[in-house]
Amino acid sequence: MDQERRRIQWDVVVQPHQPWWRVDFGELFHFRDLLWLLVRRDLLAVYKQTVLGPLWQVLQPLLTSLMFAVIFGLMARMSVQGIPPMLFYLAAVVPWTFFANIINRTSQTLVWNAALMSKVYFPRLVAPIATTLSTMVSFFIQLASFLLIALIYRLSGAYAWTMDATVLMLPVLIILMTVLAFGIGILVAALTTKFRDLGFLLTFGIQLLMYMSPVIFPLSMVPPGSKLRWVIEFNPMTSIIEGFRSVLLGLPMDWGLLLYTTAFAMVSLMAGLAVFQRVQRSFADVI
Amino acid sequence: MENTIIKVEDVRKRYRLGVIDRTLIADEVSAMMARLRGRKDPRMALGGPVEHQRMGDYFWSLRGVSFNVAQGEVLGLVGRNGAGKSTLLKLLSRITLPTVGRISMRGKVSSLLEVGTGFHPELTGLENIYLNGAIMGMRRQEIDRKLDEIVAFSGIEHHIGTPIKRYSSGMKVRLGFAVAAHLDPEILIVDEVLAVGDAEFQRKCLGSMRTVADSGRTIIFVSHSMVSVQSLCNRAIWLDKGLIRQDGATGQVIRDYLTEYSAQTHEQEWSEDEAPGTDEVGLLSVKAISEREDGAFWISDKIKIEIEVLNRTITNDDLNVRLQVRTNNDVLAFVSDMVETIGHASWSLGRSKITCVIPADLLNDGGYRIGVAFLHQGRHWYTMEDAITIEVQEGARTGTWFHKWQGALRPKVDWTR
Repeated sequence: MDQERRRIQWDVVVQPHQPWWRVDFGELFHFRDLLWLLVRRDLLAVYKQTVLGPLWQVLQPLLTSLMFAVIFGLMARMSVQGIPPMLFYLAAVVPWTFFANIINRTSQTLVWNAALMSKVYFPRLVAPIATTLSTMVSFFIQLASFLLIALIYRLSGAYAWTMDATVLMLPVLIILMTVLAFGIGILVAALTTKFRDLGFLLTFGIQLLMYMSPVIFPLSMVPPGSKLRWVIEFNPMTSIIEGFRSVLLGLPMDWGLLLYTTAFAMVSLMAGLAVFQRVQRSFADVI
Repeated sequence: MENTIIKVEDVRKRYRLGVIDRTLIADEVSAMMARLRGRKDPRMALGGPVEHQRMGDYFWSLRGVSFNVAQGEVLGLVGRNGAGKSTLLKLLSRITLPTVGRISMRGKVSSLLEVGTGFHPELTGLENIYLNGAIMGMRRQEIDRKLDEIVAFSGIEHHIGTPIKRYSSGMKVRLGFAVAAHLDPEILIVDEVLAVGDAEFQRKCLGSMRTVADSGRTIIFVSHSMVSVQSLCNRAIWLDKGLIRQDGATGQVIRDYLTEYSAQTHEQEWSEDEAPGTDEVGLLSVKAISEREDGAFWISDKIKIEIEVLNRTITNDDLNVRLQVRTNNDVLAFVSDMVETIGHASWSLGRSKITCVIPADLLNDGGYRIGVAFLHQGRHWYTMEDAITIEVQEGARTGTWFHKWQGALRPKVDWTR
């Protein structure tokens, strides 16, 4: 039998234990048209029945930032490091929204596409990747809206907004954040198929994570060496939020913390892939 | 085998019984620890063939299935519900993985377990062709190339720009099969998709499957319609309780399968103490009696139904017995009352036998569930819905139509011209 197996080149082998690290990239690439169609479907579906359509992409972070500016800036009088509150909050809300959306949406992909996945085979990773890409589209629209608003501040003379060479770090930050969120997203996606409660916990978890990160306050406000500082620095999104502020508002960058986040993102991606690959084989039986 | 294209080796599949999503983390962890230490998963049956389908909280849907399929073979899978046919199809189409064993395949595999999966209601027919094709692994250029053919095959050219949500289910089926029929896979796996759609379209689907088969591709086909299996497949596998019962030429396998199927269910008996019914009257037996030696029922046969009744108290003529015939899809084919045919007659106490004959050339091929009801002074007293089931076979095939005829019945209708 072994001899026969050597002679025949099998294209598809279905067996119980498929190693998690063997992500079939060739197959993923073959399904790139599906990926693109799913991205398009995501984008079309979200705004199909709304009046303002894609404008919501821009309005959402703007309104959130405005709310933060009023509550935390005006009422609680938190430090904004001398930057107009609107810009200060928007520079953090835009990446945070991206991070939170990726996790929220990718974690739903298996459940949302359950009907499809129990009837037809395609590489399951296509679904969360498509969701991530479509979320990325909204992110870039929002990033552009930030730049536009910052430009308005500068042109009207309200604030001398500039960006320096650290802008080159922007793609790195975006990739890092995407990897981190994607890893956590597929991990949660895989786990929610077995433990449905996780879906509910996730909403609170992400909210908690936001308060544990410098979205509504600058990191410099938290005294170094304090227990709170330690907790906040433990959050891998802290360095990314701070990084975005540095790049977008021309503030100094904390490189050490960024290194920690890089390691964290790698681990989350590995863990996510491992669990996702493990669950996807029995997934159709569970839903 | 030189040209083996599918190789199934000792495939077993276990499902959990009951509520599945209430997994215990402890259970998962202990299974993982066992694996890490190189031992067997404690939840798995230890070595050897699994003796029973049910083991604790688990159910073995497949219990060790092995077979090879050569290129160009058209293989039909038959078996009763729960025999493991659907599980095997799911494994072959990679929707789920086996618990034990291995399946190896050569070439592009595509499966059609449900027509039109992945259609998006908001998108137009045209957009859905691309989406559906992409889900099944087709490249964009490939779809571009075959678009005209696909649209023509579906026969809905005029509605191709309309969102799918405005389509009738028949139109969706047409479109779904049109995409699937143009996939050009080396291996095509088809579940009972032909059961939907009108006769003309079914003929088209079956025809296109035959074209696929004739071009040297391999097909695995599941159907409850023995006629379809017989007319399409050159080999059949009979699955029974998760094991291969018989593997061979289609005609022989189907004959044996039908014979056993009818023998198992075409009669039922109860003792006097257990006779189901009311205090006044009970059912002792219901039997369908075949005219043939092998016990089969052909469309061209009369089917005699024998009902034995235990009468405990009734001495007048108020009791009526009713025969109910339903198809396997739960369509009531007809009912027939004893008193409507032979009139009222007074009953004597004790056992008595009633016989009725379903005329030849009335039932269609396929399964029927026969029920018996007692009526007293025109009111329902007791009904046994599925006392027995019978499987009616085509028998000798005449005419030009090679698929199951539509309809709950298939009476011989006199035509003149």
